[in-house]
Amino acid sequence: MQTLKIVVTGPFSSGKTEFIQSVSEIDVVSTEKKISSRAERIKEATTVAMDFGRITIDDELILYLFGTPGQRRFDFMWEILSEGMLGFVVMVDSTRPETFREAQRILDTFRAYSPVPYIVAANKQDMKDAWPPDDLRIVLKIEPGIKVVPCVARNRESVKQVLLELLYSILEVMDQSGE
Amino acid sequence: MALKGNLKDFGITQLLNLINLARKTGTLYLEGSQNKAYLCFREGALVYAAADGKEISLLPLLQQAGKLTAEQVRVITANAAGKPDRDVAMMLIQSGHIQQQEIVQIVRQHIVNLVYRVFSWNTGTFRFEPAELPIQGKLVTSIALENVIMEGSRRLKEWERLQDELPSLDVALKFAEKPNTPLRDVNLTVEEWRVISFVNPRNTIQQIAQNNNMSEFQIRKIVYGLLQAGLVEIIRPPRQVTDASVGEPRSTKTAERERVDATVRRPDVKRGLIHKLIDRIREL
Repeated sequence: MQTLKIVVTGPFSSGKTEFIQSVSEIDVVSTEKKISSRAERIKEATTVAMDFGRITIDDELILYLFGTPGQRRFDFMWEILSEGMLGFVVMVDSTRPETFREAQRILDTFRAYSPVPYIVAANKQDMKDAWPPDDLRIVLKIEPGIKVVPCVARNRESVKQVLLELLYSILEVMDQSGE
Repeated sequence: MALKGNLKDFGITQLLNLINLARKTGTLYLEGSQNKAYLCFREGALVYAAADGKEISLLPLLQQAGKLTAEQVRVITANAAGKPDRDVAMMLIQSGHIQQQEIVQIVRQHIVNLVYRVFSWNTGTFRFEPAELPIQGKLVTSIALENVIMEGSRRLKEWERLQDELPSLDVALKFAEKPNTPLRDVNLTVEEWRVISFVNPRNTIQQIAQNNNMSEFQIRKIVYGLLQAGLVEIIRPPRQVTDASVGEPRSTKTAERERVDATVRRPDVKRGLIHKLIDRIREL
């Protein structure tokens, strides 16, 4: 049995857990905890270790989706989770510009851990105040070759599209490396 | 769709940079702790600005600049009552009181100074309304944002903020692939030119600072300005090739692979597995 791993990262409350829940075939193994900090109290619970989802590909291949904890004080988990990943998705809450700088830091950190292919998911595009993906590309200083994909994490089709775009990016990297 | 946010989290420099790079048309409304301002942009260029509820008023500006006396202002005001500034300007130019270029220069300077003031607003809210341009009848100009961002950044004295934006000096710089303005059109200081002359993927910012005898604060300030103006971009130094024997010729393909490796690593799986993933996810 072979397993592959994609990591879903991003700032606090960017929609990582919801993203994984939308496509996982098992109930997401979520290590959520009631939020104690007033500043972060925009939702009831947050992920403190990781989320864990699964997609069975065939009898011999399983894809795992790991969601990282969004709060900075749990960032010691990031490096562990990034080990051996196929690629990663950076979730950004398009309606909360106050989190963009944090998203950029997380992106840089993950790139440093493991320079595998990645894409940016501009989440909550169904909301009225969502910043368009093109603007997010500029403010997050995303390189031209990296995709910034519109996303609604609770919509399965949208999440599928994000994952497919990441896989296409992985294929492109393989093509460029000539193998 | 309006872009909204908090200045504490998303600063003026970042906003202007976004408007510049996205070549946006619209109005940026700012509400600081004590002041309000709005800045108008057309295709990424600053065309008008007003603050504290005071619109640009041509005659007081010309008086402040020494182009008109108080008595002239009084007479012209009486004769041009109710006329928009644009018409008053035309009247003054046609009557030979002042040249068009002088008016343009004075208005530009006023707008730019107002924007520099806004640069220091660290708290408050912003809202960008695309396509909204409340400039009918007003004196407008067109100011490239690169220089405004550069000068605004020069005036930015918050060391912590600079450190926050550019946490590591162990990265290299390269020239932006598609700068909106050719370098020759940008007003750079001598110090900035000295940094520019060392911009090269092989030089880290730290090395550029050492070569120019600059402090960390100086180099951060200059690089921050150049980055925000979109003239340079950060890159990581190329990875050291350790496995190639000295003197051993490398094929073009090997060199190309190393270039790819330096940015994004090829995942250690077979293509067939990725295709299986794609097929499965499509089925979900």
